[in-house]
Amino acid sequence: MALLNAKERMLRRAAKDIEAGMTVNLGIGLPTQVMTYVSKDLPVCLHSENGIAGVGALVTKDKADRNLIDAGGAYISPVPGASYFDSAVSFALVRSGRLDLTLLGAFEVAANGDLANWIIPGRFAAGVGGAIELAQKARKVGVITTHTDKHGNPKILERCTLPLTAINCVDRIYTDMAVCDITSEGLILKEIAEGVSVEDVVNATGADLTIPGAPLPTF
Amino acid sequence: MPMPDKTTDLTGAIALIPDAASIMVGGFGVPGTPFCLIEELVRQGQKNLTIIKNDSNEAGMGVDWLLQSGQVKKLITSHIGLNPNAVRLMNEGLIEVEFVAQGILAERIRVAGAGLMGFVTDIGMGTPLAEGKQRVIFEGKEGILEPALKADFALVHADTADPFGNLTFNATARNFNPLIAMAARCTIAEAERVVPLGKIDPGHVQTPAPFVDHVVALPDLPEVYGIVER
Repeated sequence: MALLNAKERMLRRAAKDIEAGMTVNLGIGLPTQVMTYVSKDLPVCLHSENGIAGVGALVTKDKADRNLIDAGGAYISPVPGASYFDSAVSFALVRSGRLDLTLLGAFEVAANGDLANWIIPGRFAAGVGGAIELAQKARKVGVITTHTDKHGNPKILERCTLPLTAINCVDRIYTDMAVCDITSEGLILKEIAEGVSVEDVVNATGADLTIPGAPLPTF
Repeated sequence: MPMPDKTTDLTGAIALIPDAASIMVGGFGVPGTPFCLIEELVRQGQKNLTIIKNDSNEAGMGVDWLLQSGQVKKLITSHIGLNPNAVRLMNEGLIEVEFVAQGILAERIRVAGAGLMGFVTDIGMGTPLAEGKQRVIFEGKEGILEPALKADFALVHADTADPFGNLTFNATARNFNPLIAMAARCTIAEAERVVPLGKIDPGHVQTPAPFVDHVVALPDLPEVYGIVER
């Protein structure tokens, strides 16, 4: 197997937390790519907010059904056992706690679990889509993001500076450098990417990070 | 006792819409967007419209035709990220845009269609989207009062209709279509197929005909309904 780069290892690590029996929603962008690393045999129900439970593999244009896309606009196939529904039912499923896990992108995430992922005032304001309800109501919320932005500034902060998507909602953060959990005791370093030191992670994080005493697992 | 026949021609159906109307439009991306009804609305040129739709389609498609022709005063939507033209018009102040969380938009429409005045939710609490909204203490918890959202017209895309207006939808082309069909004073549905009464199994009807006012049979589908080449 070819050596995975940092992004691929981050996606593969996030995929490990998708467990048999779950109903899962993957946000548009990086989170959707997590599916590449989920075993095809794992019994999991993928929900997409445009109205399907049972998203299957992506299909090529020549095999696509013009009426069947995911929320990101990609042409998909349904798995056996899939269902279609309207947008009110789709979000009833989200708000009532039927989603075991959602993985979302982030502009900023805070040590208290606050998430900002939909608006950068003056630069990017195209609407919130379904992000608020996913972040606020999925039973577990994971964020997949580079540890720092393209200028090297931390994206994990003590408090978000951007307008929030939802408060106190994030349980786990997967980055190219580390896996961190957000708990009532604060932000805890759980795992570390191969070739990255604890010091590297601390320096790239804009919030207090609890470092466990025992050696950390790597991914 | 035969059921009423609501089939009508495209021109006549869209001619019912006056200037300054509020119009709900089905679709999430391409699937379920009633492109032929929108195209006729552009041709007839009604002005100062309020458009209520999940998204603003992509540049050069659907709702974007209405934006380009300057017919839209206000857009109520969940996101416009796939249409740079809509973002530009918003940023230049040429259209007013009201963003609503996607499931709250769907539920506000559903509730209007159910003849209710609104609902209470905790979605958005603690974020800027809750600012300025009426708060309610309900069973000891604070929530937001979200008002029902109705419209003058709904433009629906169906897979199959019968002449009475019973509708079925295809795969993810369902999305907002059955919701808006119930929430407007006048619902106009375009259908890829109009079949005789009785040909849709009553148990398979997804929008019951009493919610539908006019049925327009589509000719062969124009290319815009097809696979999007990106």
